[in-house]
Amino acid sequence: MTSPLAIVLVATGALTLSTPLLAADAAAGKAGWTKEYPASDGSAARSCATCHGRDLTQPGRQANTGKVIEPLAPSVNPQRLTDPAKIEKWLLRNCKWTIGRECTAAEKADFIAYIKTQ
Amino acid sequence: MTAHQGILILLMVGAVGVAVSDDGNRNGKLGGWLASRADVVPVANAAYGEECSACHLAYQPGLLPALAWTQVMDPAALGEHYGDDASLTETLRTEIASYLVAHSADQASAPRSRAFAVGFDAKAGTGLPRITETRYFKRKHHRVPASLVAGNPEVGSFSQCHTCHRGAAKGIYNDSQIDIPGHGPWED
Repeated sequence: MTSPLAIVLVATGALTLSTPLLAADAAAGKAGWTKEYPASDGSAARSCATCHGRDLTQPGRQANTGKVIEPLAPSVNPQRLTDPAKIEKWLLRNCKWTIGRECTAAEKADFIAYIKTQ
Repeated sequence: MTAHQGILILLMVGAVGVAVSDDGNRNGKLGGWLASRADVVPVANAAYGEECSACHLAYQPGLLPALAWTQVMDPAALGEHYGDDASLTETLRTEIASYLVAHSADQASAPRSRAFAVGFDAKAGTGLPRITETRYFKRKHHRVPASLVAGNPEVGSFSQCHTCHRGAAKGIYNDSQIDIPGHGPWED
C-alpha cells in the first residue's frame, strides 16, 4: 500500500487500524507534536507546536509571517482532515520545515490519529 | 452652502489631488481624491489566493515583474521559499506561475503596478526577488523609520503590507489608506 493512500484511509476513517504497518498511534502523535528539532538555518528549534501551538482547539501562528492558522482540532474546526490532498500537502511541507525531512508513513498516520482525537 | 459652492469645493479637492499626483495618491487617470480605486489589480485567481494566502498576504502579481515571479515559482525555489517549504504539485505550480507571469508588473496597465518592474535586475542580490527590494518600493518607503515597522510589534516587517496599507488586499496602496498601528496616517 502506498503511503498517500494510507493517509487518505486513516484520515477518512475508512481504515481499521489493525494493520501492523499502519498502527496509527495517537499517543505517539501527541508525543511527536512537541518534540523539538534544531533548525538548519540557526533559528530557534522547531516543533509542530511552533506554529500550531500545544492546544489544537486554539488558533496558531505562522512562525515566519505571523499569519493566524485556524485551529487544527476537528472538534472546533470540522473542515480539518476532510481533504486528502490538503493533508498530504501540509504534512509534506511541514515535516520538511520542522524535522528537516519528509515524515514516514507511520509518523504521518500517528499525527493524523492524534489530531483526530482533538 | 449652496450647490454651486459644494461643486466648487469638490473641483478644488480634485485639483489638489492632481497637483500632488506623484505623492502616492495617484489612482489611474482620475486623480488621488478618488481614494478607493485599486492601483494594483487585485488577485483574481482562486488557486493563487488559496495556496499563497494560507501563509501570507497573496501579493498581487502586479507587484513584481514576470522574471521575478518565474524565479519565485521555480520548483526548487518553492522548496526554499523565504525560509519556508512552499512545495506545490506540478499542476498547481504551473497554473499559479502562469497567472503571476500573465499579470505581472511589466504586463500591467496601472502606472503604480508598472513602476514595480522598473530597474529590476534578475541577477542582483543573492536570494529570491523581493517586492521590498524593488527600486520603486524602496523609493516609496525609505523615509519610514524602522521604529514604525521592524520595531513595531503590530507590523514586524515591510512584508506585512496590509498592517499599514489597509486596502492592500484590494490592491489599494495610496497614501490616504495608510494607517500605521500605534501611529496613524503617514504624513510624507
